[in-house]
Amino acid sequence: MTGSENLVEVRDLKVHFPIKRGVVFDKVVGHVKAVDGVDLSIPRGRTYGLVGESGCGKSTLGRALLQLTPPTGGEVRFDGVDLTRLSAGRLRSMRRRMQMIFQDPMSSLDPRQNVESILTEGLQAHGIGGSRDERRRIIGETLDAVGLPRWALSRYPHEFSGGQRQRIGIARALVLGPELIVADEPVSALDVSIQAQVVNLLDELQERLGLTYLVIAHDLAVVRHISDVVGVMYLGALVEEASGDQLYREPMHPYTRALMSAVPVPDPDVEDQRERILLSGDLPSPANPPSGCRFHTRCPWAQPTRCADERPVLRQIGGSKVACHFAERIASGELRPHRVTAEVVRPADEGDAPGVVSAPSEPGSYV
Amino acid sequence: MALLEVDDLSVTFARRGQRTVHAVDGVSFSVDAGEVVGLVGESGCGKSVTSLAIMGLLPKQPGLRVGGKAVFDGTDLLQLDDRSRRDIRGRDIAMIFQDPLSSLNPVIPIGLQVTEVLTRHRGMKGEAAAKEAAELLDRVGIPDPRRRLKEYPHQLSGGMRQRALIAMAVACRPRLLIADEPTTALDVTIQAQILELLKELVRDSGTALVMITHDLGVVAGMCDTINVLYAGRVVETARRRPLFAAPRHPYTVGLLGSIPRLDSGRGERLTPIPGSVRDLLPWPDGCAFAPRCTRRVDDCVGAPPELVLAHDDRSYRCVNPAPVPGREPDSAFAPQTGAVAAGASDAAAPAEAASREEESA
Ligand SMILES: Nc1ncnc2c1ncn2[C@@H]1O[C@H](COP(=O)(O)OP(=O)(O)O)[C@@H](O)[C@H]1O
Ligand SMILES: Nc1ncnc2c1ncn2[C@@H]1O[C@H](COP(=O)(O)OP(=O)(O)O)[C@@H](O)[C@H]1O
Ligand code: SF4
Ligand code: SF4
Ligand SMILES: [Mg+2]
Ligand SMILES: [Mg+2]
Repeated sequence: MTGSENLVEVRDLKVHFPIKRGVVFDKVVGHVKAVDGVDLSIPRGRTYGLVGESGCGKSTLGRALLQLTPPTGGEVRFDGVDLTRLSAGRLRSMRRRMQMIFQDPMSSLDPRQNVESILTEGLQAHGIGGSRDERRRIIGETLDAVGLPRWALSRYPHEFSGGQRQRIGIARALVLGPELIVADEPVSALDVSIQAQVVNLLDELQERLGLTYLVIAHDLAVVRHISDVVGVMYLGALVEEASGDQLYREPMHPYTRALMSAVPVPDPDVEDQRERILLSGDLPSPANPPSGCRFHTRCPWAQPTRCADERPVLRQIGGSKVACHFAERIASGELRPHRVTAEVVRPADEGDAPGVVSAPSEPGSYV
Repeated sequence: MALLEVDDLSVTFARRGQRTVHAVDGVSFSVDAGEVVGLVGESGCGKSVTSLAIMGLLPKQPGLRVGGKAVFDGTDLLQLDDRSRRDIRGRDIAMIFQDPLSSLNPVIPIGLQVTEVLTRHRGMKGEAAAKEAAELLDRVGIPDPRRRLKEYPHQLSGGMRQRALIAMAVACRPRLLIADEPTTALDVTIQAQILELLKELVRDSGTALVMITHDLGVVAGMCDTINVLYAGRVVETARRRPLFAAPRHPYTVGLLGSIPRLDSGRGERLTPIPGSVRDLLPWPDGCAFAPRCTRRVDDCVGAPPELVLAHDDRSYRCVNPAPVPGREPDSAFAPQTGAVAAGASDAAAPAEAASREEESA
């Protein structure tokens, strides 16, 4: 593919957060490698879905792509321009073309601003819509596009239901006429009946406006539903990338297979018959990721050679890209899964000893 | 006879100067010994309040009123004094929650919390209790249990905490376990582990399980019988296969049409339920779902729809239920793949478009 077919090209993107300790002097004692070498491309007008469990670096990747979090390394090309090298001023003017939608519309909307002022703010900041009438027109069209009534303009975020608030969040992104929208868990705070409304809305808007999406979600079913290409992340890196159909039909990476088999399907026949790959243990901490293949501590196919000491790169196998040393031999059935002993993983960011905690309940008071 | 029979349970919260909240508005369902029963519905439909009321764990606040019955093995739990209720709780009925930290004591090691339960309800002490506690942790899949016994809740990950709580809940081999969204806060691979564990425990011990969740996928995989709740009432009850093969209540149909399925392809349009749970009719005035319902007819409003008992062990609260797709009412059920999707969209499609326009205005 050439550069012009892809609106976004990410190369070897890294975001490392320093871990600081010490009371008087902050000493850097290590790094959380939240994103650690990701390559991906998003074709114009298409949707790239990013899926993975909490803490694997999805949000950080989305924010780094928009330069809301400065990357530690790598490049992000948007329409051919490397955003990581842009001056603050040029970046600001690029911002209009790439917008973000958040999980919790309530926390991303200022409760003291009514909808009109939320929408006008962005227009003014970017100098869009010279006159008041012009702005009115743009805002009116945006409201129509997201299915909000005109009377919404004078109301405040708390007066809306969760689904409508997410429409306000989408309107705020849309009003600037962006080409790329990064949607970080856009439906996970919503009830199922409302999720479908928002998913359909995102689909409709894409069709009508030719938008390009990066959709981030922990729910593989949602991601598969709205994405052309799906990337599966584990501890800061992509482990597999394929079209949604390909990924569903033929998951290649052991983690993808486990993830896929863990997603409940609302159909008893499917539930009773499907293959189950239960992973043992918890997700390791990204501050202290396993050596070699980061999945090797939980991988049912892990081999005595290579897995623990050589990091697999993402490589093309058939219609998929897979980061596993043994993908071909796993797919052919030559390698069989084995039992894995669970390792204990400590919650990352809490102290060693319990401090004084108020109001302890008596032990087992509920059970 | 059922192990637990909940009959017309209602819970209202009255506050001065505010509208009374009918959190639970006449919920009835039953659980047989060893059965796995699901309570499903979206947030705010009354699932947690129902379970807390049964357990006698609702916060004792002025304005709280609990009505109806919850008969466990012949005893109405709602009539018990606090003491007898506490005896039953833990010994015969146990409960686990979405957030295990809220029911684990942060300053007491896990081991002591488990042995305490063993001492209180099973009279075990000393090394015997410690040994049993370690065995319980081992059984719920906590690695290196002897060492974990000395650790504090905050030293365990979310998944391990939930396992520890399950260990405490099953310590006394209860006859009924109530699990309120036990996996909602967990990642999906950890959820799969916990669900498998619960299934195993139920299978091995004959404990009955009430599984409370908003996730229809979860109930599809594990419940024998499913109750769908809407606005504080059970609107449909059915065995697992018939429910998914041919949902009758329009809300159940709507839920199934709203869920993106892992096994359906890109771009297959979902059929959302119009409006939101805020668009509610109070039950005494008619069907609470009427403002969002695509099958609404005149009879839906005026009085609450009666419970209809169907032949196949199923009941629903609706005057105009979705037809069983392609079948005579009395023919035997032979669920087919694809029946869900077809049934759901067929039933909802025609009225849908018109109604959505109305609702989005
Ligand atoms: N600003 C930050 N400072 C330090 N660590 C961070 C910061 N933001 C995220 N992290 C860490 O980076 C990792 C990835 O986080 P995130 O991108 O939010 O994951 P996800 O969105 O997949 O749940 C986590 O371990 C998180 O704690
Ligand atoms: N202590 C309380 N006081 C007042 N209203 C409450 C209280 N607890 C719950 N409610 C209300 O009762 C309804 C049902 O709540 P809940 O059972 O928690 O729903 P679910 O568990 O199905 O999400 C909600 O509308 C909720 O706001
Ligand atoms: S490289 Fe080894 S440990 Fe990693 S996924 Fe492949 S088989 Fe498993
Ligand atoms: S009673 Fe009427 S409004 Fe209620 S669910 Fe049935 S058809 Fe819809
Ligand atoms: Mg995130
Ligand atoms: Mg609840």
